Amino acid sequence: MSKKSTGKDIWVLGDYRNYFKNRVTLQILARARALAGKTGGWVCGVVFGHDVDEYAREYIAHGADRVYVIDHPRLKSYGIETFTNLLIGLAREMNPDIILIGATRFGQEVAPRVAKHLDTGLTADCIDLDIDDNGLLVQIAPSFGGNLIARILTPKARPQMATVRPGTFHELPHDNTAQGEVVTLDLPEDLPTERVRCTHSEYRPAKALGIEKAEIVITGGRGMGSKGKFKKLFELAGLLNAEVGATRPVVHAGWVGHEALVGQAGKHIRPKVLFSFGVSGAIQHTAALMDADFIVAVNKNPNAMMMKLADVAIVADANQVCSGIIRALKEKIRD
Amino acid sequence: MENNTLDIIVCIKQVPMVSELPWNAKTGTLKRELAQGMMDPASRLALEAGLRLQRTGQSEDRRIRVTALTMGPPMAEEVLHQAVSLGADHGVLLTDRKMAGADTNLTSFILGRYIKMFKPDTGLVLCGSQTSDSETAQVGPQLACELDFPAIGWASDIRLSQRSLIVTRLVDDFMETLEMDLPGLVTIDQGAFVPRYAGLAGVARAFVSPKIDVVDADRLELDSDFNALEDSPTRILDVFSPATQKESRVLKGAAKTVVDQLFTDYGKIISSAMGKDLKKE
Repeated sequence: MSKKSTGKDIWVLGDYRNYFKNRVTLQILARARALAGKTGGWVCGVVFGHDVDEYAREYIAHGADRVYVIDHPRLKSYGIETFTNLLIGLAREMNPDIILIGATRFGQEVAPRVAKHLDTGLTADCIDLDIDDNGLLVQIAPSFGGNLIARILTPKARPQMATVRPGTFHELPHDNTAQGEVVTLDLPEDLPTERVRCTHSEYRPAKALGIEKAEIVITGGRGMGSKGKFKKLFELAGLLNAEVGATRPVVHAGWVGHEALVGQAGKHIRPKVLFSFGVSGAIQHTAALMDADFIVAVNKNPNAMMMKLADVAIVADANQVCSGIIRALKEKIRD
Repeated sequence: MENNTLDIIVCIKQVPMVSELPWNAKTGTLKRELAQGMMDPASRLALEAGLRLQRTGQSEDRRIRVTALTMGPPMAEEVLHQAVSLGADHGVLLTDRKMAGADTNLTSFILGRYIKMFKPDTGLVLCGSQTSDSETAQVGPQLACELDFPAIGWASDIRLSQRSLIVTRLVDDFMETLEMDLPGLVTIDQGAFVPRYAGLAGVARAFVSPKIDVVDADRLELDSDFNALEDSPTRILDVFSPATQKESRVLKGAAKTVVDQLFTDYGKIISSAMGKDLKKE
């Protein structure tokens, strides 16, 4: 191993379960690469597991300068207390300046514990990351229920830590010629006994709900008025060959199931056309729909955030306009 | 656990009713002081999980006591009354100006301090997986670190066995069954249960005998210069409303008028996405 660290290193925790679907580590590596361009630190991947060489090489091909690997049969299956402990130990030894972690459930489990043990701050679900003039990590995240965006710093405590949802950044192209160093470390001997034991685990991929791939999506918020009126969106969806999504208040009110939630904690959509009915536009919701090509929003309140994000903002009662579009479509669709 | 009593602490939070927040159109800021509070929906599921354990797990040999714990301004006492009306045995409010502005690190510190000082025999702590106002999913696992408890997040079902807890959860496309030693902490996933409503008897109980304890910084023996806002490792640099990126075309008027306008001007975009031709009027 050459130099131990630059003192400004940016670590990215390798989250490789479910590899082909889950690209979050590669996406964060790309952003870390850009941040390192401003701080002069190294981008370091961190991988724990068994037979994980291929991931280390993959992370180098996607932007890592160095990858720390602890490879041991004991790490074949993931144990929260073991993995957390390894990252804490490594961070105490190497003092990274920044640790970034994908906000999969795995990352959301590990990150807060590591931050707590290192007595540092952690910002969840950043929608962007930057470096300020003093070289500090600017953690940009939704706040106040998603009505506002906050810029958050960790001025003194180290490392600076943040989690990032899958899909927030774009991965760099795979570069076979990229040079990087794989640093293999031994498994520490004083690992704790797991107090949580996994007795059964079964891969159960979510049913492909068409909403993430649909060309047209209709989302509804509380402005639809009631559970009964919300159902109208499904009639419209039938006519448009569209999928229906919802905001969190609607899901909590039980108007639709949790699987319809569009937002950081739910589905990420990229339709050609999005119809948004009675949605106020909390950031956790809008962050998951900004890739829509064309947005039509209907809301009585012209100042609702969702209206400002729309290509066409219709100031009217969501319910009545929904009925109006249904009526018009019934006339306009050729048999 | 003393005398076969299992003490369950459910951490709950009062959150603003986000969808109803009054928005100041001129300044683009929230009129937070006008916001109404409610029990965070995820907290309510955690309480439901605790009450169900109490019902199914309690026997002649084992008593189960459910305490609702919250930290917040004095008005947060409302959610404790609600918790008692739903069936919790007690409520505890941690409130003090010195606790305001705590980030997740400091929040978990304060909650943990209360439990260690006043409820050292706690067998199980339940939290919502993430609150509706900040959605960090951090306080639960960080509280577990404070207490040195094992913890499991996003449980969809929990069952008590003799000295451990059996937890089912669906995370990252894996359906898992986990066994955890007690004492421990579990966060309950959204959609795990249908929460109950308070019966009339419960509401009466909450008013007649609310059993709510209010605890300030002195009783927690926090340092005299303790200041959660200052002591939190994170700092909010500034807050802004999301940049509007689009020059919106605004349509106003009767439903029929705006719908006609929509199809006249944008019918092509809609029909192309549908992959179907639309008749022109």
